[in-house]
Amino acid sequence: MTTRNDGRGAGSNAKIMNRADITKRLVSRLEKGEAVVGGIGNTNFDLWAAGQRPENFYMLGSMGLAFPIALGVALAQPQRHVFALEGDGSLLMQMGCLATIAAVAPKNLTLVVMDNGVYQITGGQPTPAAAGTDFVAAAQAMGIGNAAWAADEEDFERLVVASLSAGRPTLIAARIDNQPAVATTHRDPVQIRERFMKGIGAR
Amino acid sequence: MSARTAPDATRETWDDILLRAFKSNGVKLVTYVPDRVLTPLIGKLHSDRDVITFPTTREEEAVGIVSGAWMGGMLGAVLMQTSGFATLPNTLASLAVPYQVPLIMVVSERGTLGEFNSGQAMVCRTMRPVLDSLAMEHHTITRIDELEFIADRSIKQAVATQAGVALILSPLLTGGKVFKA
Repeated sequence: MTTRNDGRGAGSNAKIMNRADITKRLVSRLEKGEAVVGGIGNTNFDLWAAGQRPENFYMLGSMGLAFPIALGVALAQPQRHVFALEGDGSLLMQMGCLATIAAVAPKNLTLVVMDNGVYQITGGQPTPAAAGTDFVAAAQAMGIGNAAWAADEEDFERLVVASLSAGRPTLIAARIDNQPAVATTHRDPVQIRERFMKGIGAR
Repeated sequence: MSARTAPDATRETWDDILLRAFKSNGVKLVTYVPDRVLTPLIGKLHSDRDVITFPTTREEEAVGIVSGAWMGGMLGAVLMQTSGFATLPNTLASLAVPYQVPLIMVVSERGTLGEFNSGQAMVCRTMRPVLDSLAMEHHTITRIDELEFIADRSIKQAVATQAGVALILSPLLTGGKVFKA
């Protein structure tokens, strides 16, 4: 198992995985039309590459808003489970949303943090958090009690499936490598939004 | 200072009227970063069983939540103060406007008509130029007898045209926040 024993807290022993691979694994576990919101950049590029499901929403800007957007979808459609995929740098932009999600406590929301410790799309500069921030510990401290590092791919899939019936918000943090996304999302915001709304029955 | 009331207006306060405009237009979700002037409206929203109301840590977050909710079929609105609006240009330009989200914003106006904080006075001047630069509809509401018409029609227009709107509540309407020496 490849690990990054870099002293970055509780997640240090987690296997370093590949974003495109675990995104495909997540999507393969969705059987009930679950909605998936992809954050900016590589996160939504790899979601696009994983199958372009009509229940997917791809952000083109508004860095940090994947979790808040997903919270809105989850409130509007309490019978549908909603996933949000966010990069570590993006989450740092909007950490406060974890307190909001903890307070609102939707039963149908899973938050996935793709943590490679860098702003990959801008040239791989380390984030301030790379020096020692533990996103799972931070999430727990902000009230998301059901938060865990994925130890490896199998554990990631187990956490994804478990979140569907957790009955409270789940945060899954995954250590990922710095491989670029394997595709690029078609950037037409109205088409993205309209397809998503039809995909989740709001049109 | 109490809210200004037009001579022939009903005894309803501005917050009663805004709450009614929300409810009659199907607003089911209100997110906000609080403001002293908005306190009565926030209180009534929290007491209303038909509207989900909660605070957020930033205005961007509040906009993201109602945008997601609308895509899921639930209409929402965001309440904020002038200085909070000033944190929003990127979110408006990259989410609300290009994705054509009918974002309903209610902004309590600080920075004018008796402002005592120079920071508030300065940031207030950025609000309308930002809205204009994004070609976003906005109305400054000064009179209680015009509030229902403006709010009701603006919400309907936002939904019908999938374009956001800012309803700016002037101190002339709300009384504003005044310096207590």
